Amino acid sequence: MTTLPASTNKKLGLVIDLDTCVGCHACVINCKEWNTSGYGTALSDQDPYGANPVGSWLNRIHTFEVTPMAHQSKPKGQGVGEVIGTAGEARVVHFPKSCLHCEDAPCVTVCPTGASYKREEDGIVLVDEDKCIGCGLCAWSCAYGAREMDQAEGVMKKCTLCVDRIYNEEMDEIDRQPACVRTCPAGARHFGDFADPNSNVSVLVKERGGFDLMPEQGNKPVNKYLPPRARTDLGEGAAFAAPVDSTEEAGGVLGWIDRALSGSTRSKGAN
Amino acid sequence: MHPALSVIAFTTFSGAGYGLAFVLALGHGNSAALSTKIGWFVVLAMIGGGLLSSTLHLGNPQRAWRAFSQWRSSWLSREGVMAILTFIPLTLLAAMSILADSFNLVLGYIGAIMCMITVYCTAMIYASLRTIPQWHTKWTPACYIAFSVTSGTLIYMAFFGREAGSASNNAWVYLSVVFLVVAWLIKYCWSKNALAAGYGASSMETATGLGNIGKVRLLERPHAMGNYLTDEMAFRVARKHLNKLGWIEVFLGVVLPIVLLLLSLVVGSGLAGFFQVLATISLMAGLFVERWLFFAVAKHAVGLYYGGEEALVPAE
Repeated sequence: MTTLPASTNKKLGLVIDLDTCVGCHACVINCKEWNTSGYGTALSDQDPYGANPVGSWLNRIHTFEVTPMAHQSKPKGQGVGEVIGTAGEARVVHFPKSCLHCEDAPCVTVCPTGASYKREEDGIVLVDEDKCIGCGLCAWSCAYGAREMDQAEGVMKKCTLCVDRIYNEEMDEIDRQPACVRTCPAGARHFGDFADPNSNVSVLVKERGGFDLMPEQGNKPVNKYLPPRARTDLGEGAAFAAPVDSTEEAGGVLGWIDRALSGSTRSKGAN
Repeated sequence: MHPALSVIAFTTFSGAGYGLAFVLALGHGNSAALSTKIGWFVVLAMIGGGLLSSTLHLGNPQRAWRAFSQWRSSWLSREGVMAILTFIPLTLLAAMSILADSFNLVLGYIGAIMCMITVYCTAMIYASLRTIPQWHTKWTPACYIAFSVTSGTLIYMAFFGREAGSASNNAWVYLSVVFLVVAWLIKYCWSKNALAAGYGASSMETATGLGNIGKVRLLERPHAMGNYLTDEMAFRVARKHLNKLGWIEVFLGVVLPIVLLLLSLVVGSGLAGFFQVLATISLMAGLFVERWLFFAVAKHAVGLYYGGEEALVPAE
């Protein structure tokens, strides 16, 4: 059935920390490794060792540069303080992106066959590959690019939230979480139940100001993102802010070398 | 969006087929005349052929029958269900004309209404997508219905209208010109909205949620080569030639057909039919370009994760 459940008992999903992610792509690789041999058909690659390799992946990392606007810069004359960034000084943000298991998932309602569905018990959005005709409409309806058509099998692939791990009693308890979460060396991905206000993920969202991607699309994504933390501004006296060719401050051995190499008159600034 | 040839062929041909069915089902054409019988046959061939070609872009067409099951929520499923249901009155009407030289107006009205509902369902597949602001507008179904009726009317006028009972089909020529003008005015409204829509309310800042920090730009893609998303959603070839294709669309779709139709009124009756056929062919070619551009100008929100406007810069 491609009508959405009115509510789900659990709201399982991920919190992704944009402050902590270092962009190592380990989650991307482990996701592919687990899911190519897990739920459904393999995640195929086309021309993997050739000139134009492409393939299906359920998790990808984009890297963005965000340049703070003027109003977030440190007021002139103020000392060292916490700022999100200084105007004009870009920050790099690594941005992992996988299915957000939306509450109002358009990929489910547009599906003509009933292959795409949202589970009432935990809110996970899945594709029943035996019913999928590969029309691609669900991928068109997804604003986040979370669905990719498998070019070998002609069926739609998407994140399953590792449904074959999280309930798997054959595994050690520590491994009963999505592969991307389990593998992240930076601890930038967290798995939990958003329906429980005291769960790890709910607390993280509350404490760190977790947000939705593209709320204006009206999908009510379950997964939340944590913003980059404010960082300590280096202030006006920061070492790198001084002209690099100034040797005014040099003393001791370095000062002697500087004087010796500069000749009799110690030049001010460049030599 | 990537324009799949099978989908373009399906929407233009089955649209014209439903338009022609609409005209015939409203009782035009003498049901005993050979041209009307051929008309009904053409209707069934166009609609059936269009439906078959639409399955060509599926990954697993052998499961296409499953697409009739989710009509409660899916416009694509509704389209499939309506297409099959509409075959019932249309096939009955065709059989009545071909086998018994007869026609039933009540059945005709039912068939005509169902034709338009089917075309509406096709359009709503696109219009219901919030991810594509160019499509997510009331003008999309308006365009699909207007072009369906217009192309159906021109086909009827050029190929079947002569035997409608009168010696000349001037009334059909006038009606065709009026429909052409109205349909392209609706298309003009659609285009005006489409060109201004961009990514709608979404931006790279809302897509990343980093907008409250500042201006966002893509530093590095997640993958060096293309993938399904970039091939499907960030189609670039036609965008490069947007202006040229736009002029071709308008010339073939409306300027040339109207000129040819008006000429057909003044030249002798022998040449008139030839001009009318040319006008219809020109319109169909124009609609092909129109449908291609319908896909090519569409900007999908996922493009924002690939650099937004920069992602759609024409490939050199």
